[in-house]
Amino acid sequence: MPDWLRDPWPWYVAGPLLGLIAPLLLWLDNKLFGISSNLRHVCAAILPGRMDYFRYDWRREGGWNLAFALGIVAGGYLAGNLLANPEPVGISTLTRATLTRLGVTDFSGLVPADHFAWVNLLSLQGLVLIVGGGLLVGFGTAWAGGCTSGHGITGVADLQPASFLALIGFFAGGIAATFLVLPWLMGSGT
Amino acid sequence: MRSLSASGPASRTTTQTNADRPRGPGLAIYFLVGLAFGVILVKGEVISWFRIQEMFRFQGFHMFGIFMTALPVAILSVQFLKRTGARTTTGARITLPPKKLGSGVRYLAGGSVFGLGWALTGACPGPLFALLGSGVGVIAVAIVSALAGTWLYGWMRPRLPH
Repeated sequence: MPDWLRDPWPWYVAGPLLGLIAPLLLWLDNKLFGISSNLRHVCAAILPGRMDYFRYDWRREGGWNLAFALGIVAGGYLAGNLLANPEPVGISTLTRATLTRLGVTDFSGLVPADHFAWVNLLSLQGLVLIVGGGLLVGFGTAWAGGCTSGHGITGVADLQPASFLALIGFFAGGIAATFLVLPWLMGSGT
Repeated sequence: MRSLSASGPASRTTTQTNADRPRGPGLAIYFLVGLAFGVILVKGEVISWFRIQEMFRFQGFHMFGIFMTALPVAILSVQFLKRTGARTTTGARITLPPKKLGSGVRYLAGGSVFGLGWALTGACPGPLFALLGSGVGVIAVAIVSALAGTWLYGWMRPRLPH
């Protein structure tokens, strides 16, 4: 296998490629690049209840996007297995030291394997990281009406003020969780 | 409620699939674009909890480099498509519906809530799907939680500021 398929891609390769997804979907059929809509589509499909928010034709509105999301899973499989980088993620030595102080020991995969293990769901830490984190992602993206793709890329590419506000929110929340929640959750270091 | 239902992500796209114009690309095409997106997310390490931590701690350039190249490419190409009157593969004009700004509360507050979750899981919605595919099985639980979170929002929506 050529090296460029196995090695991680530098930011100046991955970034521009990511930037092309939104125009490609617009060109295909005026589709708005945004992943979190799929969470809504799945809710609308399986448990719409009496809520207006979930009562719409999810097949027509979201069929393409659900196919897109399935494609992401397949792409994740392809790149995470057949094209997997055998080396640890090359984070800065500073981050590695900080996370070591927070109790991270396994830097070999894309995520800390000890923390993202099934057995960790039995601990408060695992529950907050995985169940709590997921819940906040779902609630927050629905409230904001978009995530990193829908606001961060599509909305910003369209120069929408709402999306710039959302981006500020994303970073405010992320920084708060990093410096306030994670130290408490994972250990005593900072 | 009236104004809210007009600003939801799904209702934005209602006018895009009229029966009286040619059918758009099939689902397989979107699957393939999603697949390419998933590969880029993994190879660019955007789905790595470690990279997200490095970003939120401002200790490395990688993620910022990704944003600083993805955004100009997206902005220039989308603005080009809009301003040149480009058409889709089905011949329709390319348009993006404006997002209702309102008080902006939903974007700041909702965005912050999402940001908390992004730093904890190390993944936004796209990476959640990519991580699942890459073999981090327990992420399935985070996805189910995210669905529960979205459902909870739907339930609380009439009582939340927007």
